[in-house]
Amino acid sequence: MMIRTLCGRLFRGARPPGMPVWFDDAEYAVVEAAVERLIPHVEGRGPGARQAGVVDYIDSTLGAFSFTPPRIWAGGPFSGRFGGDASFGDWEPLSRLAELAWRIRIEGSQGRPEREFNGPVRGWQDEYRDGIDALGADFAQVDADEQDVRLAAAPEGFRALVHQHACEGMYGAPEYGGNRARSVWLAIDYLGDVQPRGFTDHEVSEP
Amino acid sequence: MSGPDRSRATDCDVVVVGSGPGGATAAEVLATAGWNVVVLEKGRNLLIDTDPPYAPRDRFANDEIKNLFRHYYGPDPLLEPKSFRRNASDGARLFSGEVNTMPSMVGGAGPHADAKLPRFREIDFRLRSEMGPIDGADVEDWPLDYADLEPWYAQAERDVGTAGDHTANPYAAWRSGPYPMPPGPDMYGAVLSSEAATRHGFHPYRAPSGVNSVPWGGRPACNNCGFCMMGCPIHAKGDPIAMLQQALLTGRCEIRSECVVTEIVADPLRHKALGVRYVDLDGRLRELSAGHVVVAGGAFETARLMLRSGDITAGGLGNSSGLLGRFLMFHFQTYAIGTFPFRLHGHRGRAVSHLMDDLMVPSTADLEAARSVDLPWFRGGVVEHGAAGGPIQEAIHYPSGAPHTALMADSPMRDRAWVFTVQGEDLPQWANTVDLDPAVRDVHGLAAGRVTYEPHRHEIEAAKHWAPQLEAVLRDMGAVHTFWTTSPSAGIGSFAERTPPVERYAPTSKHWMGTCRMGDDARTSVVDGHGRFHDLDNVICADSSVFTTSAGYNPTLTLIALAARAASAMAGRPAPAPSA
Repeated sequence: MMIRTLCGRLFRGARPPGMPVWFDDAEYAVVEAAVERLIPHVEGRGPGARQAGVVDYIDSTLGAFSFTPPRIWAGGPFSGRFGGDASFGDWEPLSRLAELAWRIRIEGSQGRPEREFNGPVRGWQDEYRDGIDALGADFAQVDADEQDVRLAAAPEGFRALVHQHACEGMYGAPEYGGNRARSVWLAIDYLGDVQPRGFTDHEVSEP
Repeated sequence: MSGPDRSRATDCDVVVVGSGPGGATAAEVLATAGWNVVVLEKGRNLLIDTDPPYAPRDRFANDEIKNLFRHYYGPDPLLEPKSFRRNASDGARLFSGEVNTMPSMVGGAGPHADAKLPRFREIDFRLRSEMGPIDGADVEDWPLDYADLEPWYAQAERDVGTAGDHTANPYAAWRSGPYPMPPGPDMYGAVLSSEAATRHGFHPYRAPSGVNSVPWGGRPACNNCGFCMMGCPIHAKGDPIAMLQQALLTGRCEIRSECVVTEIVADPLRHKALGVRYVDLDGRLRELSAGHVVVAGGAFETARLMLRSGDITAGGLGNSSGLLGRFLMFHFQTYAIGTFPFRLHGHRGRAVSHLMDDLMVPSTADLEAARSVDLPWFRGGVVEHGAAGGPIQEAIHYPSGAPHTALMADSPMRDRAWVFTVQGEDLPQWANTVDLDPAVRDVHGLAAGRVTYEPHRHEIEAAKHWAPQLEAVLRDMGAVHTFWTTSPSAGIGSFAERTPPVERYAPTSKHWMGTCRMGDDARTSVVDGHGRFHDLDNVICADSSVFTTSAGYNPTLTLIALAARAASAMAGRPAPAPSA
């Protein structure tokens, strides 16, 4: 884990921001292809997960602790998209207990007593490792039908998790790594965070 | 009692456990009365500076990810799991994890709420007398009347800052004055649904809400961002920051966040509390002595705390009745959902701008319907005219693949959806409880709370009776497709799952009531009519644990009014003067 994080950091230094901090290039390609099958580009209807950068959302979530503060909670109150100072990028420091919870959730309990007060917990990183193994190293290269077959056969825990994460990365705030340049919000006719401008009374009552 | 008990040296006059709407109100009342108050809150402080001038903090944001999917407000279910079962035949539990999670932070669940603040009606305090008993339920009158509470309701509306139209609801209880602020703008969808509902004989009205329509209490007017349920980034919502700010401004109130009260310390006879033990934010065990104690952790945490205090083997502290933790109520929610051929823009404005009370006032035909299913009567609940959730919440319900992208663009379940939510009256039942789980623990090593809950047949039959009527209103409004479902899952509705995931048997109402039932008789209730524990001279409960029945209304304003009344009684303060 340590080596992986260290590699992630070096990686980040060498590449533009947003590139993988937790996945290696091969894993990144597998997950990128998988989420595109879950939320594909449809001509005239909207971008797919690949174009939206959903894999970057997942990568920075699984590698949240490679950042200081960890990339768990974006800051507030405003993104700057509708006025005010942009502060979503000022990630919030975690309290002692919040860090414990998020390390358990992401890394798993790893046999550590302080993480196992209710028994062992499997982490998201393990779910993804097993899921990526099940999809196969050549997943990004096989055709769409084969990808769908392999996705359907992947472990259920992984499928549920990656679907949840794909939706979050797709439709959440761009600061988390997905929804690149608000491309998804624009496609679904949604402004997202509108503070501090808000909506006028007229926009509420007679849109 | 006319002042704090200072007969022994203590760290403070009163310790308030919990800083939600109830605890904040009690803190304000007692600090204003001259008491030295320490508020202990287990969650983090995202809400308000604890140094003068006690400015609101700027941590809340329009951010669906952190608020709805990353436990930003706490409690994190990995640290503080709850367990759930329907009844003892489910074994020790069906599952543990998230059970109707209430945000846990300074301000309690107040900042998360969309701040609908209806009052209860006269009949809601006299349900047993007015409507009669129902087999299998424990319907009782409250030990106070609407008239006792009216001045406190009026004060609560002023304290929080409430916007509404006092002429709008034909069923409303009498009131001593208008709302402090006029209502905010009507949501587009609510205008359409109100017109349709009126055509069907219902009586929709502009919802009273704790959202500023004009600047109030030093805080700005709402700018309609639509994220009421995620904490207000500009603090246009008053609950409970308004009360906490007033408490702090006295200079006699201190808020300690990330402090988990492990037990209430009592004298050897357990007639009097001496203070509390708590774990502070660094994980150290500390003790705080106090002349009085206010418990206000909400109906789940308050019961859990009392059950683990005193003599655990004898049922905890304040439990000579054996009823502590019982009569747990949630509101049985029915959702009637319509999909429209046009966009409703429901994400703009307050989350709900219109309500209607008709289901709380059953007609002759409604009562006949109840009798036809062998119930003497039933009542529904207040009906909220509202929008669906945000885009992530929408997306996770759609299938994956090409249909997903197209559905999100068309948005039948968000931007083209409209929802009637019924806060169905949930009858009190002895068997519905909060107790301590025999095995599951929280991060502090304390026993997790366990919920045992099943709806009564009353709730289910009421839902079956009214949901199709609400679907008809949606069709009249222009819906091309409608369906209805409930929370918790009860095998009814046009969208009922035959074998739902076990988690769906747990309610998701975000309303918790009962567990410290209020009554005059110490054998059949836990606290008296002023929220004081029958067993404990110097402890009051200032949250919705005390509710004798749930009524079918959002509980917050009522619990604030009750908390103010209870704390004022403890401080020997009179009822507020009627508003002008």
